[in-house]
Amino acid sequence: MFSRVCSIVIVLALAACGGGGEEAGSSAEGGATDDAPAVDPAQAATISGVVSYGGAAQSENIDMSAEPECAQKHSGTPTRKVVDVNNGKLRNAFVYVKEGLPQRSWPRASETPVLDQDGCEYKPHIVAVRAGQDFIIRNSDGLLHNINAKPQTNRGFNVGQPTKMDSKKQFAQAEVMIPVTCEVHGWMQSYIGVVDHPYYAVTNEDGTFTISGLPPGTYTVESWHEKLGAKTMQVTVGASETKQADFSYSGTTAMAMARHH
Amino acid sequence: MMATSAPLVLVMALLAQQTAPPGKAVYDKWCAECHGAQGKGNGAAALTMLPRPRDFTQARYQVRSTSSGSLPTDADIHGVLERGMPGTAMPAWPKLSQRERDDVVAYLKTFSRFFQSEAAPQALDFGKAPGASAERIADGRKTYDKIECWKCHGRQGRGDGPSAPTQEDDNNHPIRPANLTENWRFNGGGTVADIYARLRTGLDGTPMPSFSDLLDSKVITDEQLWNVALFVRSLAPEQQPEPSEVIRARLITGELPATVDAQAWEQIEPAYIPLVGQIIAKPRWFAPTVNTVWVKAAHNGRELALLLSWDDPSRSPDAAWDEWRTRITSVMEPKDAPATAGALPDAFAVQFAARAGEGRDLPYFLNGDASNPVYLWQWRSDTGVTEMQARGLDKEQALSADNARVQAQATFRDGRWQLLLRRTLSAQDTANRASFATATPLPIAFAAWDGSNGESGGRRSISSWYFIYLEQPLTAGVYITPAMAAAITALLAFLLVMRAQKQHRGKDDSKTSQPLNTSARE
Repeated sequence: MFSRVCSIVIVLALAACGGGGEEAGSSAEGGATDDAPAVDPAQAATISGVVSYGGAAQSENIDMSAEPECAQKHSGTPTRKVVDVNNGKLRNAFVYVKEGLPQRSWPRASETPVLDQDGCEYKPHIVAVRAGQDFIIRNSDGLLHNINAKPQTNRGFNVGQPTKMDSKKQFAQAEVMIPVTCEVHGWMQSYIGVVDHPYYAVTNEDGTFTISGLPPGTYTVESWHEKLGAKTMQVTVGASETKQADFSYSGTTAMAMARHH
Repeated sequence: MMATSAPLVLVMALLAQQTAPPGKAVYDKWCAECHGAQGKGNGAAALTMLPRPRDFTQARYQVRSTSSGSLPTDADIHGVLERGMPGTAMPAWPKLSQRERDDVVAYLKTFSRFFQSEAAPQALDFGKAPGASAERIADGRKTYDKIECWKCHGRQGRGDGPSAPTQEDDNNHPIRPANLTENWRFNGGGTVADIYARLRTGLDGTPMPSFSDLLDSKVITDEQLWNVALFVRSLAPEQQPEPSEVIRARLITGELPATVDAQAWEQIEPAYIPLVGQIIAKPRWFAPTVNTVWVKAAHNGRELALLLSWDDPSRSPDAAWDEWRTRITSVMEPKDAPATAGALPDAFAVQFAARAGEGRDLPYFLNGDASNPVYLWQWRSDTGVTEMQARGLDKEQALSADNARVQAQATFRDGRWQLLLRRTLSAQDTANRASFATATPLPIAFAAWDGSNGESGGRRSISSWYFIYLEQPLTAGVYITPAMAAAITALLAFLLVMRAQKQHRGKDDSKTSQPLNTSARE
């Protein structure tokens, strides 16, 4: 009965009906439409910053002897950079606007993100995709990988790619982050950040990130790292303004977090 | 206090009964013990199970007709209730009525929000299984190699691929790739159509992925995928084997086969002996590696030879499996006894009654006991074979090596041990060692250990008592007619029951008359 009332309301008013209805509404379009207007460039604001970490880099050597074709793609011993830090600057943190954006749809992403498997490694290690929009899982190795995505909010999947090929996938709901593993190669691990707007970035080798094209407003910005956890910050940007938002993880954070994925 | 609140409790219970969904009562009675009252897969019995019971709150189902990541159809869930999950602790539920099954399926769907938020699942169209042919099976083998099924399942399908040691399920519990030669243990069923369906859908929640994208991307054809299913099916026997109560030791003239690869073995039908984890005495073991041993036996009037074959994905000790061993011992029943430190070999034991042929009761099947010992051929992958006498699980004693006459030869290949054990029929030291009479059923039992799985001592796979029957050397009429064989089997089965009953009575007696002794054993 309730759901019938809901559907009538949706049909008549093209509006969400609260609770599950709202979720379904946002998932259908992933917060993006082809004709959604971009933010007025004259108004657009920018948040940029640096993510730093006071502790040491952590990396593990990978025994890739079982896959010589992959091992050949690496100069020296292949390693897994669990915490990739250079001169105190943290790479591969996922920074995104968590709260504060107006309820509206956003222009679609101009490019289709690619999660590549190359040298029995995920490239990039952190992938950002838009809810309800396609992304590509690519096998550049030409040997068997399985791609096992284990979300909580979304439905996961586990697909096999035994040769060079692409698979098109998508997640309906925003979710930060979705772990991705390959059970053929236990060391392979990636994370997919799914957001329903275009305001996200992955920190570069020097720890920097830039989120631009924002409408003026006050936002909760989050920095997420697989081992160091999440940190949030309130940032207010006016029209055409650029604000600095630096995140800092103390050296003891990593010790406190259990090694678990 | 209790007296006053009792009526209130009753009223509340009645109210709850009226408002609870109809499947709840069935679920609480039959399912919650393993799957947990809230469907989280964490019931009281869950800790002794690997794989763990399904967590219904995630709505991630292994056996589906739908694409990877999709919900199962109601028919999929009903299918699991109908046939259970072979190879796991999940049984079939013929005892539930159709109505009860409908109710419980509806109820367990309420544990996950996904059944509300997701669109109704669509079953994939699988088409029909083609008939098997040698060409199709050969083509399937090629594709099996090409799409690298062997990385996990092994070259001969015994679950021993190079990636096997690191496998874990979505809840980070260790999990083994299926041994494809034992299709009766496939979680989703062992027919060609079942296998094809698993290739298409994957087994969500496990490392087994869906290969449907290969068809969409035209990497292989649908026919080729069916051929993989036909090939996989061909790795297992045509019929699910039945345990053999009696192992016939074939009479051979001349020398016994001296190696595991000797041609003479091919003439002998193997007996199928299922093994289970030892869960009677501490330390119990709920996640054994070895679940089957195939036994071939032959004698020539002077010597007895046993050819034992069992699947074990690791030749222990093997450093590649060290992490597996750590993970599995931490997940499975860690409190009984500390895990054994240091490298562990693979091992196998053949058990006889120490004093067979004296008309005695069978010894206790688990290593005998103080009054009725067993005689063991205990083989280890590091030190070879030792003759032992045991009077209980932790009361094993090596017999003097002077009289050692058992010879062993073992090979490990593609996830399978083959072990040849030989000894003269008559024992020199008859006080401790069994002699093997012909034309008499002799009790025999088996145990296996996988060192890489943390198995040693009581942590082992075991069988109950079986019988070995050494064919009588006849001067004429060597061939026993099938009718006679059937009669002997029936007689032996009768004997077995009689002995078991007698033994059961005997045990009860000993319990009442020697309580101190029994408790000391535990």
